[in-house]
Amino acid sequence: MKNMNILIVGVGGQGTLLASKFLGAAAVSCGKDVKVSEVHGMSQRGGSVVTCVKIGDNVYSPIIDEGEADIIIAFEQLEAARWLNYLKKGGTIIVNTQKINPMPVISGKVQYPENTIQYLQSSGAKIIEIDALSLAKESGSEKAVNIILLGVMAAGLPEITPETWKDCLKAVVPVKFLDINMKAFNIGYGRG
Amino acid sequence: MKKLMLGNEAIARGAWEAGVNVVSSYPGTPSTEITENIANYNEIYCEWATNEKVALEVAIGAAFAGGRSMSCMKHVGLNVAADPLFTLSYTGINGGLVVVVADDPGMHSSQNEQDSRFYALSALIPMLEPADSKECLEYIKKGYEISEQFDTPVLVRLTTRIAHARSLVETGERVVIPVKGFKKDASKFVMMPAMAKKRHVIVDSRMKKLVDYSSTSDLNRIEWANRKVGVITSGISYQYSKEVFGDASFLKLGMVHPLPESLIKEFAAGVDELYVVEELEPFIENQLSKMGIQNVKGKELFTNLGELSTTIIREAVYGSKKESAKAEFDIGMPPRPPVMCPGCPHRGVFYTLSGLKVNVSGDIGCYTLGALAPYNAVDACVCMGASISMAHGMEKAAGRAMAKNTVAVIGDSTFMHSGITGLIDVVYNKGTSTVIILDNSITGMTGHQQNPTTGLTIRGEKTTNVDLVKLCEAVGVKRVRVEDPFDMKGFRKAVKEELEADEPSVIIAQRPCALLKSVNYGAQVIIENDKCRKCGNCMRLGCPAINKVGEDYVIDKSQCCGCELCTSMCSFGAIVKEGTSK
Repeated sequence: MKNMNILIVGVGGQGTLLASKFLGAAAVSCGKDVKVSEVHGMSQRGGSVVTCVKIGDNVYSPIIDEGEADIIIAFEQLEAARWLNYLKKGGTIIVNTQKINPMPVISGKVQYPENTIQYLQSSGAKIIEIDALSLAKESGSEKAVNIILLGVMAAGLPEITPETWKDCLKAVVPVKFLDINMKAFNIGYGRG
Repeated sequence: MKKLMLGNEAIARGAWEAGVNVVSSYPGTPSTEITENIANYNEIYCEWATNEKVALEVAIGAAFAGGRSMSCMKHVGLNVAADPLFTLSYTGINGGLVVVVADDPGMHSSQNEQDSRFYALSALIPMLEPADSKECLEYIKKGYEISEQFDTPVLVRLTTRIAHARSLVETGERVVIPVKGFKKDASKFVMMPAMAKKRHVIVDSRMKKLVDYSSTSDLNRIEWANRKVGVITSGISYQYSKEVFGDASFLKLGMVHPLPESLIKEFAAGVDELYVVEELEPFIENQLSKMGIQNVKGKELFTNLGELSTTIIREAVYGSKKESAKAEFDIGMPPRPPVMCPGCPHRGVFYTLSGLKVNVSGDIGCYTLGALAPYNAVDACVCMGASISMAHGMEKAAGRAMAKNTVAVIGDSTFMHSGITGLIDVVYNKGTSTVIILDNSITGMTGHQQNPTTGLTIRGEKTTNVDLVKLCEAVGVKRVRVEDPFDMKGFRKAVKEELEADEPSVIIAQRPCALLKSVNYGAQVIIENDKCRKCGNCMRLGCPAINKVGEDYVIDKSQCCGCELCTSMCSFGAIVKEGTSK
């Protein structure tokens, strides 16, 4: 597995923590040094959340700063746009096309931007759009959006076998949700 | 085998490996997961205490009895525990005692960003600061060695980025240390003036020995490289600096109090240019200046506000930034502040209070979110428990008229923590405050910890629960009533009645947190478009599951939990449970 910084962004409650645990476990199984930075507490309540996964030979800071992410996995469109400046020039964004209105939009103070995907594209980044919510429903649970998106990312890393990913998924997901998550991973992997 | 562990998880592991017997804590971000992980080790007795002061006192008792003990809390929790902490410094210990304090620079989930290193300085207690999860585990074990070698409590300081980052840890086995037992010794354990005066002398000489220890301990290490630039740093700032300063020499401090004076002098003399990189206050830098070390570059470059980052340090030192992806136009980015979850019982309370336009003296918990739009219904929030006492103070300053238009709101766990003392003060001093206890059957914001009102211990064992009604009655409140915050008409009536009453009153707003596994509202609701008159009244609830799409109001099925609070907002019966439509 090559050295890389992956930023996982979304809305509190969307399952970004589990995604980062899964990704971290996969990197460790490849013998890499790994640091993962999480957000707990207040912003978890429906706020903008960000998790950093840094994979390298010797990782110091657990935080991915501006211009340092190779990949951004965005669980929500607007969040992809919010964190764009954390992406390296020429990096990749895997973006769930789902829109979740923030409270200022719900309360009618501002509009949800119409053209977030064009906004992302204009940066020259490689954009992979995925309707992860529909695919998650297909796998049996709307909550599986996180594993769908990780499946998409995994497909872009051919040096890690699907079997390794699945072993790591087993290690981080409770047994009773394993079937749904396995299905979600396969669907995502197929789309990547 | 190496494991990827959260800093907090590694602290818990370190405590287990160090043979710790007793852990007593109060939850608080970013420290909560330490004690939650301790609960997974059956060899350790652990508990959620009512507050941090009680937690530390329990740990002190355990240490006096000869066990190894620990107490964990967030930075503001250490303020609550400061009273026992300062005198504990005098008594010293019997079994080792470590206090873990987690600071929150940048205030991800806190009301201030105080720098807890100053507690170590003023309470004369050694403090260690790990820089990753591996060090979290090691420093806890080291902390117990220092505690018992020097007869002192030890502080271990974390910051959010250490507590909540995962990194690789090599785990070991538990050492079994027999509990020594309590030996009566009034000159050491009874702090009255005559005894305390003698103990202060001992503390003073202990600090001098610890300065020598600090200079020779492997907790502080010099990493010689290019001697043109030297960096003195600790904790997360060490990790940032390693990325920014390239081949510079480092003095990495693991013991931040007392500082290793001779080691610092040796390092400063060995480099051309000296930087001190630390978050928040110039704690290290100021002490360097006292040591007579000149020309240090520290807070003149790096802000004392919020967190540092590689970007902040790089810009300050080199004036440059990393190139990042940039869009070619602007889209006007709406912010995404945190919100109450769909189904949150507090929504009914704050919708009601917002409508009544009363003054709300607030407190610490999920319900502080009532301060944000669309409710804008919390008017003051300072610290745990302050809601009730502040409301009382408002009445005493501004008179009964203000009390008639003011409520205090406080969660069940926060009320147990330090709200009850405020309520007793109101009753005793003839106040007439109206107090609303938001009883959601759990400690919410920190992620569902049990508390004295829930009837369950940290390990989920059944225990005696505090009966809130009886408790409030017992302290002398005659008007105590239980209301459902989702019955908004009834709740509004209750608040108005209690505001009118010329005596203290307590309304217990009872409904469980919607995220509890035991809560199942069944089918989601839908808005029937043919019945909807597009009045938008349902939106006033500020529920993230209700959205306007074009001209239509729709329920976001990925968010709705089926709580049905919104059905009471619609006069046209357009919002119904799915499957019940006529």
